Amino acid sequence: MKPHPEANCASCPAHNTAQLERLGVDMTEWDYAIALAGNPNTGKSTVFNALTGLRQHTGNWPGKTVTRAEGGFSFAGKRFKLIDLPGTYSLLSTSTDEEVARNFILFGQPDVTVIVADATRLERNLNLTLQILEITERAVLCLNLMDEAKRHRLQIDERTLSKDLGIPVVPASARVGIGIDELLQRIHEVASGQFVCRPHRIKYGNSALQKAVDQLAEQIAGKYPQLFNTRWMALRLIEGDARLREAVAGGEIAGLVHEQQTYAPAESGL
Amino acid sequence: MKNSAKQNELLDLADQLRWELGDTIHDSLMQTVYEDASRIAGRAVTLPAEKPRLQWDKFLDRLLTSRWTGFPVMFLILMSVFWLTITGANIPSGWIADLLVDTLHPWLKTASLSIGFPWWLSGFLFDGMYLAAAWVISVMLPPMAIFFPLFTILEDFGYLPRVAFNLDALFRKSGAHGKQALTMAMGYGCNAAGIIATRIIDSPRERLIAIITNNFSLCNGRWPTQILIASLFIGTLVPPALGGFVSALSVVGVALLGVALTFVTSWFLSRSVLKGTPSSFSLELPPYRPPRIWQTLYTSLVDRTLFVLWRAVVFAFPAGALIWLMANFQISGISLAEYLIQWFNPFGLLIGLNGVILLAYVIAIPANEIVVPTILMLTVLSAKMTGMGAGAGVMFELDDMQAYQQVFQAGGWTLMTALNLMLFSLVHNPCSTTIYTIFKETGSRRWTLVSTFLPVVMGFLLTFFVTQFWRLISML
Repeated sequence: MKPHPEANCASCPAHNTAQLERLGVDMTEWDYAIALAGNPNTGKSTVFNALTGLRQHTGNWPGKTVTRAEGGFSFAGKRFKLIDLPGTYSLLSTSTDEEVARNFILFGQPDVTVIVADATRLERNLNLTLQILEITERAVLCLNLMDEAKRHRLQIDERTLSKDLGIPVVPASARVGIGIDELLQRIHEVASGQFVCRPHRIKYGNSALQKAVDQLAEQIAGKYPQLFNTRWMALRLIEGDARLREAVAGGEIAGLVHEQQTYAPAESGL
Repeated sequence: MKNSAKQNELLDLADQLRWELGDTIHDSLMQTVYEDASRIAGRAVTLPAEKPRLQWDKFLDRLLTSRWTGFPVMFLILMSVFWLTITGANIPSGWIADLLVDTLHPWLKTASLSIGFPWWLSGFLFDGMYLAAAWVISVMLPPMAIFFPLFTILEDFGYLPRVAFNLDALFRKSGAHGKQALTMAMGYGCNAAGIIATRIIDSPRERLIAIITNNFSLCNGRWPTQILIASLFIGTLVPPALGGFVSALSVVGVALLGVALTFVTSWFLSRSVLKGTPSSFSLELPPYRPPRIWQTLYTSLVDRTLFVLWRAVVFAFPAGALIWLMANFQISGISLAEYLIQWFNPFGLLIGLNGVILLAYVIAIPANEIVVPTILMLTVLSAKMTGMGAGAGVMFELDDMQAYQQVFQAGGWTLMTALNLMLFSLVHNPCSTTIYTIFKETGSRRWTLVSTFLPVVMGFLLTFFVTQFWRLISML
């Protein structure tokens, strides 16, 4: 068998791990900020460690990561800063960890939000996924723990899932390093704009609610034309979200627009 | 101002809409999210045709969390972990002491004197700082190198949430949050880490209870003290074959007393200064995952063992220096250390300890890890033992268990002293790192003071009553 010319390998996306350079905590300058969100105990920290080469402590129990951990990696010539958010089941209640996660995705404006989901408990994990897709339009779903799903003989059609959610879906078993290459590739595609997400948006069943949200969203869009998640903001304002009201009253809301390659550390509200 | 007008307009509209919609928004929204999630998941997931064979998880859960078997199994697991730690740690401890204390220390002393170090400099550096650090390493490294990997394997496997599940009902009865079981478990590694982990508890009231009582989880710094004293005083009460078992039993006993004190203190706090009803929460029992043995060994050695050891050594250097200075700084022929020991002694004896132990606990506020080395050194000093080491403030060579016991006997120790030391090691003020963490997390001077002094006072009371009771019994 003839050996492959090296150039072919280098251009093949399957050999991308070779491009991964783990930067650990060296994050002096970065091109993209990536948030890592997901339900508790789905392996966010394991994915974090696989990408950054850090050894953040992992453990098999929910609620282990209580603060944000940050690390970096370099891939395809770009430098990525990765922020591991605390695991939450929802973004709609008021506990500290949910606020940290929610505020970071909203005010920290990561270039990509990687949602780590437990493949064996997809439905419950999608609850959070859908809520995240209401806030941001750049996300990648990492369908982790595929090895366990196989052990439980679950079959998951990731293409249908990807089509329904409107974002890339990557099956992975981060514990043994499977799927990390593809995840990197998808993160890069979404961050650089090669892949444009068309995220699933919730239709607020109750028609009175839908009408109210539309009315307020229209007002918000009229005043802040660059905002993309006006519907979600309208909804949260109607619900009386204190942090968001503060952002509106203080004018912070005007800055919440996606701009490529700019990123202000979101200390506010964290 | 135009800007603020436009903002107020939005908020007013939002308020008005909320008023019109009433309080069903949240529920109807959640319902929509759930419906969408269910539909999307249904399209993507194909369930296995036949029933999965893996009933193993369910069986294990039934065993580990059942009303009848949950606690006995928990007890057995704890026992095995400590038995392995205690019986496994003795031999390597001896090797390390041989190398660092018996071989390297005299060599350093001779070498330094031969190149012209004055006696005080060589004493300060090698009899004080070096020996304190060498001591800490030989006492702490072997038990940690066995205990942490075992604990990490349990954690990786998914056992900790099951413990939390078992304890949840008890926490609820004591008016605390069920998640406190998890922060308590974190505290077994390090109280400062456990206190940071209380962030998972949302209610400030329950979080404070979890912070104040976290100190009752024996931490890294205190396990070696418990293990050593149990092996020396309690393990030797029975034939050698049973020694390891009985020592492990007494350490588990102290740890369980810590759990009991956590409940009692939580109960007391939630019915006095921190009144309120416990809030509910859902605890997910994660699937069992086969632990990755090599990775566990690596991370538990590097992240936990070496991290903790490093901290202990860092604190051992200044403590060793301080002890040496106190032992060598004399006022009219009596060293400062002896003055302090005499000053602490009456109160120490009243609560079944002695001046040496109390002084050691003051010196060891930065790190509990160095309590035992400090006690040994101060005991030799105050008992004016000869043939142990050379000169004041020298940490000496101890080859085996008998040598330890000689030192303790010279210091007037009895079984009661050992028992009280184990109790006091469980119930006393948190180390300075933990106190600082409490302050950072609560932002309150008052609660920091409560968390610091409540356990000390409890420790004094506990040892006082045990001592009185013990003396009463021995008189009969």
